[in-house]
Amino acid sequence: MWKLLQFEVFKIFKKPRTYIAFAAIAAIVLLIQVALLINGKEYVKFMLSSLDDTLDIPYTQIRNGYWICFAMLNLLLIHVPILVALVSGDIIAGEANMGTLRLLMTKPISRAEMMLTKFLACVIYTIMLLIWMTFLSLVISVVLFGTNDLVVAKEAELLQIEKVDVLWRYIAAFGFATVALIVVAALSFLLSAISENSIGPIVATVSIIIVFTIMSEMRIPIYDNTVKPYLFTTHMLGWKGFFYIKADEDGQTIRGSIQNLPAIMKSLAILGGYIVLFVGSAIFIFKRKDILS
Amino acid sequence: MRKFIFLIIFIFQSSFYTFAQDVNSLVQKVKEKLALVNDYEASGRMKTNVVFLKVPIATVKIYFKKPNRLKIKNEKGISFIPKGAITINMNNILSVSSFTAIDAGLVKLDNISVRVVKLLPQDDTSDVVLSTLYIDETNLVIRKARTTTKDNGTFELDMSYGKYTEYGLPDKVIFTFNTKDYKMPKGVTFDFDDGDAQKKAEENMKNRKGKVEIDYTQYSINKGLSDAVFK
Repeated sequence: MWKLLQFEVFKIFKKPRTYIAFAAIAAIVLLIQVALLINGKEYVKFMLSSLDDTLDIPYTQIRNGYWICFAMLNLLLIHVPILVALVSGDIIAGEANMGTLRLLMTKPISRAEMMLTKFLACVIYTIMLLIWMTFLSLVISVVLFGTNDLVVAKEAELLQIEKVDVLWRYIAAFGFATVALIVVAALSFLLSAISENSIGPIVATVSIIIVFTIMSEMRIPIYDNTVKPYLFTTHMLGWKGFFYIKADEDGQTIRGSIQNLPAIMKSLAILGGYIVLFVGSAIFIFKRKDILS
Repeated sequence: MRKFIFLIIFIFQSSFYTFAQDVNSLVQKVKEKLALVNDYEASGRMKTNVVFLKVPIATVKIYFKKPNRLKIKNEKGISFIPKGAITINMNNILSVSSFTAIDAGLVKLDNISVRVVKLLPQDDTSDVVLSTLYIDETNLVIRKARTTTKDNGTFELDMSYGKYTEYGLPDKVIFTFNTKDYKMPKGVTFDFDDGDAQKKAEENMKNRKGKVEIDYTQYSINKGLSDAVFK
């Protein structure tokens, strides 16, 4: 299985389209960094303009490496699923399209083993994409802009996290984001297993994410009270929970605390459930599939 | 009868004049005491309590220089300073060159008898509309002040004194101010819905008062301060 995994990873990274995702992330991150280097203060002002009448806001201090990384993750983690789907949507359907899937099935391995190996290769790709994103958005931002306390703007409150208390939250958030993106990889993997060309699973994955995200964010009671708690897009935002620091009765933040850890763990469990459901379904379908191409 | 009425008017006028003179001299004495401080650098701990703001306790440095320059700096991180925080230094309230002082009597504040004095600035362009001072006549310090401004609402100050009473500088200041709504569009923040958002939004609507507490640990008085500190 190890050999097979190496082979699958080799195949992924041999394809030029794999690097589109890495190049796209680099371009987005660098463009945002340059923009915030020049107009970062204005951007922070725009975000916090409702407080301008009450408080003197240290805009320049807020625009630090940690804050820029948070702002970027806000933007990127909505778009990265598309880049994940580029590879995982192609991993089976691409072979079916090229006619190599039947050849692959002549090897002395079970279909379930082959599917798991392919899925693990997708997971490795997703993790490498996130490591790349972490390096660019966190490491480079910290080098360029330095560190200071992190200010997190929520809809109804503004949270300040001391700089010594930030790094572990990023590590946890990236860990959570990995699981969230693996859900996307699993979804497009499932769609790839039932398709004969790679365009279909990629477009279908992106469409599902867009529809679910709109349903999650529209705030319409009929969706909020029924389907929203079960949509994986609702729980994919759980990485932010690590930045929602707890405060005492006087409003003073407590170092090392998280407002609602059970909610994060619940989201993590739901995402884990989705991974099992999607991958399990993909294996189940593939085991019963007539491979004609 | 006419003589009696004149006598009453005379007594009332003269007593009012005496009270006004007393209260003016009291304010003048407090001013003179505060005038002993040309500048200071103070260390302290700042605790901010605003319903929509969750921040850590900050270790701050407070710089003051005559006539009315004040700067609060968080040496280790970020601090959100309320607008109008300049009034935490009484010099800045009393720096108004001309005002009318009205005696509003004596009240008890934490078991200390204080005189209530209302200050009305004579300058129409002044941002301060009215200041109410609660002056401890024995120690010649202001224990409480309420300032109403044109642009920044009403501020309230409660002060406790200790080691630096001789300079009229407090050991602890509680600064209360009005806050405005804080609301971010959800499309901008993409919050993780952990079930508390609605509750927090409702809490924010209820409480519109903010509070900042500064506990001064040390003052360095009249050692000279560079103007660069206030930039």
